[in-house]
Amino acid sequence: MVEFWNSYLLPTVIILAQILAIVVPMLIAMAYLTLYERKVMGAMQLRKGPNVVGLFGMLQPFADGAKLFFKETIIPTGANKFLFLLAPMITFFLALIAWAVIPFDDGWVLADINVGILYLFAISSLGVYGIIISGWASNSRYPFLGALRSAAQMVSYEVSIGFVIITVLLCVGSLNLSEIVRAQSGDLGILNWYFIPLFPMFIIFFVSILAETNRHPFDLPESEAELVAGYQTEYSSMAFALFFLGEYMNMILMCALCTILFLGGWLPPVDIAPFNWIPGVIWFGIKVAALLFVFIWVRATLPRYRYDQLMRLGWKVFLPISLFWVVVTAGFLVAFDMVPA
Amino acid sequence: MGLIDKQARSLLLGEIVQGMAKTFSYMFKNKATVNYPYEKGPLSPRFRGEHALRRYSNGEERCIACKLCEAACPALAITIDAEPREDGSRRTTRYDIDMTKCIYCGFCQEACPVDAIVEGPNFEFATETREELFYDKDKLLANGDRWEQEIAQNLNADTPYR
Repeated sequence: MVEFWNSYLLPTVIILAQILAIVVPMLIAMAYLTLYERKVMGAMQLRKGPNVVGLFGMLQPFADGAKLFFKETIIPTGANKFLFLLAPMITFFLALIAWAVIPFDDGWVLADINVGILYLFAISSLGVYGIIISGWASNSRYPFLGALRSAAQMVSYEVSIGFVIITVLLCVGSLNLSEIVRAQSGDLGILNWYFIPLFPMFIIFFVSILAETNRHPFDLPESEAELVAGYQTEYSSMAFALFFLGEYMNMILMCALCTILFLGGWLPPVDIAPFNWIPGVIWFGIKVAALLFVFIWVRATLPRYRYDQLMRLGWKVFLPISLFWVVVTAGFLVAFDMVPA
Repeated sequence: MGLIDKQARSLLLGEIVQGMAKTFSYMFKNKATVNYPYEKGPLSPRFRGEHALRRYSNGEERCIACKLCEAACPALAITIDAEPREDGSRRTTRYDIDMTKCIYCGFCQEACPVDAIVEGPNFEFATETREELFYDKDKLLANGDRWEQEIAQNLNADTPYR
């Protein structure tokens, strides 16, 4: 019995506690991301944003959550009930399980696996299923078109994301996310981070994750002028909330990935006294929040792309440039004998 | 060269960066928000809001049942019945305004020879039921008593232009 406890139950309990320690702050972070977005967008449009519910509107996300929770779940008559309800769950859970490999600080990672980046890539690709299934199961035109657009968009931008990641991996020599961050540490602090030597790749990666998470200006799948709300059109109540949560969680996830690949993860910008007292997890949070700010900033600035422009950008601009840069980086590393062991 | 120039410019994201700088600078400008319902915007003295029937300062109602407002009303929202009171003066027995029909054109106010029917400054009279918007004489007179001060000020401010 003692052995059973020590070898099975105790590790299970510890892992469950760790999972909760990741999931609960992530859900709260996501809730506040919605407020953050509304506040920043408001400021940029000379408005104040929510400021009535709680201090500075701090309780607004919870009021919204409670509202969604108490709404009626409507399932369209023609919908495939099982798949209709499965789709938001898939989206939500895929957005959550990807966090297993994200290092928040040195050693603060649930699963420190050596193929972390492949795992992340696999999970984010699976995200298309939730959307495709929801579009198909809704048995309605707008969700179907939205789902098709979304799937095509995610698939095409994943190609250039793949090449960007390959350039980073060439410089690091490891697929482990913690190793990628450690490879960016050094005496120069911020100058060692990969966004400087790989600056064009950083921009391409950032724009691609905008498209990957269906954010402005690439939010074609849910462009309200054409498709009502895209694949979410038929959803209400908690089913909608799960999609919403999943989408925002994906945004945070992609920003976290960008932080790890290009902005030195948990590393402080300068490794001297006041900066390296701050725990790495705080630095990580600051960097992710800054990237999310740019997400919102882009949303407040740019109009939506036309669909052919979106595809043109993905296939005719980003793919050749990122491919070219893979060759340049690889050539540089070989020519100067800097290939990591 | 023009093509290369154009391509290079679009690759360097110059216009997007300019646009982003614009929105960023707007973040620090003064907000245009009016914290309704705690703050309200300014209203013109000619603002045409909720109707009211006014009284003279001695408490006598102004309306003489001439029915000019009823005739002027393009939406046929006003209904008036009248008969002589005991003292012989001509008064309304019924003065109804269907606020769901009213288009707030202000013709009733313009038609009135004694400044009895006016559109006051109140615009917060939303109700939960439709029936509450069928105003009768008591409701209109009550409005007149409630908003008399503001209405008198507004009429006074507008006098030079009438």
